Amino acid sequence: MEHSIRPIRRIGNRQPLAAGMGVAQKMKIAVVESDPSRAREIIDALKEDGWDDVVVLGDVIGLARKLGALNPDLVLIDLANPSRDALEQISAASDAQSRPVAMFVDRSDDEMTQAAVTAGLSAYVVGELQPERIRPVLKTAIARFQMMSQMRLELEAAKQALVDRKTVDRAKGMIMRARGIGEEEAYALLRKTAMSQNRKVIDVAQALLTASDLLS
Amino acid sequence: MTMTALNCGYVPLVDSAPLVVAQELRFTADEGIELNLLPQPSWAALRDLLALGHLDVAHMLSPMPTAMSLGLSGPPAQIDALMVLSANGTVIGVSSMMADAMRAKGWDGGFSDPAATAKPMLSALNRPLRVGVPFPYSMHRLLFEYWIRHAGGASDIQIITTPPPLMAKAVTSGELDVFCVGEPWGSVAVDAGVGELILPGVAIWAQAPEKVLAARRTWIDDNALAVGGLMRAVSRAARWLDQPSNRVLAIEILVRSAHLNLPTSAVEHALTGRFATRLDGPPVHVPDFVRFHDLATNFPWRSQAAWIGAEISQITGIERAHAIEVAQSTMRSDSYRMHLGPMGVDMPGASAKVEGALAHSTAVASTKGQMILGPDAFFDGRTFDFTAAE
Repeated sequence: MEHSIRPIRRIGNRQPLAAGMGVAQKMKIAVVESDPSRAREIIDALKEDGWDDVVVLGDVIGLARKLGALNPDLVLIDLANPSRDALEQISAASDAQSRPVAMFVDRSDDEMTQAAVTAGLSAYVVGELQPERIRPVLKTAIARFQMMSQMRLELEAAKQALVDRKTVDRAKGMIMRARGIGEEEAYALLRKTAMSQNRKVIDVAQALLTASDLLS
Repeated sequence: MTMTALNCGYVPLVDSAPLVVAQELRFTADEGIELNLLPQPSWAALRDLLALGHLDVAHMLSPMPTAMSLGLSGPPAQIDALMVLSANGTVIGVSSMMADAMRAKGWDGGFSDPAATAKPMLSALNRPLRVGVPFPYSMHRLLFEYWIRHAGGASDIQIITTPPPLMAKAVTSGELDVFCVGEPWGSVAVDAGVGELILPGVAIWAQAPEKVLAARRTWIDDNALAVGGLMRAVSRAARWLDQPSNRVLAIEILVRSAHLNLPTSAVEHALTGRFATRLDGPPVHVPDFVRFHDLATNFPWRSQAAWIGAEISQITGIERAHAIEVAQSTMRSDSYRMHLGPMGVDMPGASAKVEGALAHSTAVASTKGQMILGPDAFFDGRTFDFTAAE
């Protein structure tokens, strides 16, 4: 299997991709590539598209540790690179520290490319070392990254809401017992206090629980 | 006869031998199968291509079908193990600096006693050990973590996935204190003078399924003829490999075929079970260092799968009963019996056994009367009876 290193074709009059993607501009991209000339080509292609924050990791020893320290938003690696297994830890879906790993195939007519493209998996985007191929790779990877971040945020928000509700319920119960009033009335009192103090209901509820813990 | 071409992914390691031999000795051709042996750069690449259907079958780390079927690794896919390709074959080594520190803590430099080795290893450094394994879901890692848990208690270790060809370099540069790897990569570290071997995997579990022949469940269901033919060819190759008189020829075939690209010495260590544990040290011989066929090695025991499921649950925190159930469903002892029974391969009476119960080789009831199983003991003498109610 031969590697084909192709010159990157310049495409004129094109808006840099990153410019139109908002958050993408600030993205830090780590490129895992030990061949300096290929690394150079990738950096140039990325720069042309408006991505300036690009770090190349040439020496793959300690890859996971180095990536951990760099904390990139996206990792770009050749599909055929044996060090892909070292990225398994950082691309695990269940890992809170996970980040997207985009792949490219720097080979012509490789069956792997076809298989990956056919599958249409966002985690498995492929392209050659040409700007017009790298663009969809990064675009898909970023979209996936943002989707994952969004899902994580939503999950955390849902968890927090659950915790908050329990806190408010406990505070309500405490007021109901202390004052001998009903649930609706207790909640109304909490809300009224929060509004008059310009605080959130959850904060007042939390303060009540804390005070009660101190006094008991 | 029309030939059926099968795309078979493998990682160029010595234990891909049953697939290489099946093709090179034309056992596959006898079954009307042309095996396209496609070397893969990483386990992740092999895994994805199998899941996506680009590969029909693959040489795979034994925990991978379970991890994939549980959705823990790669694109979701139901992957099954048709047969076990090899048992054992891994080594555990440490950096030279670590070996010195272990000696200072009373380690005798041996290569056979997990219980006595754990303590000096765990107390050698005043920081968490950094342990290199080839893949997050590998028998290397499961054996190492099992060993540490049952020998030294919970110790703070850091598992670092490292491709085997880079293991020696990672030890040299100080990235790793300990490495768990298949041959020849342990010997490579020894020959480079950067590390010492402290244990063979077989000392932790005497019959650990190391690699399996894996395929998508739907593909297995749809291609019974090809599955049967391939399994018969690989079974013949595995049997051929375990005849001692064939090992020298096997080394020759593996080195000369274009499939592995490894030097003679590298293949030799693994297939003879003789290697030096430290630079210029005397060669030691490890019986059963790697086994391909004898003692029902190829049989896909549901109880071995259950052990894998339990250990994966341990390292990931997913529910134990669920992990065990999924793991057991991936080991296709039903398919093994169906395809290899008529060929005259002797089968154990049951598809699950109490893992770890056999300290020595023991005769058990089989389809042909009696067959020899084991040893399958764990270093700590524990047994796992997954058939018993929890």
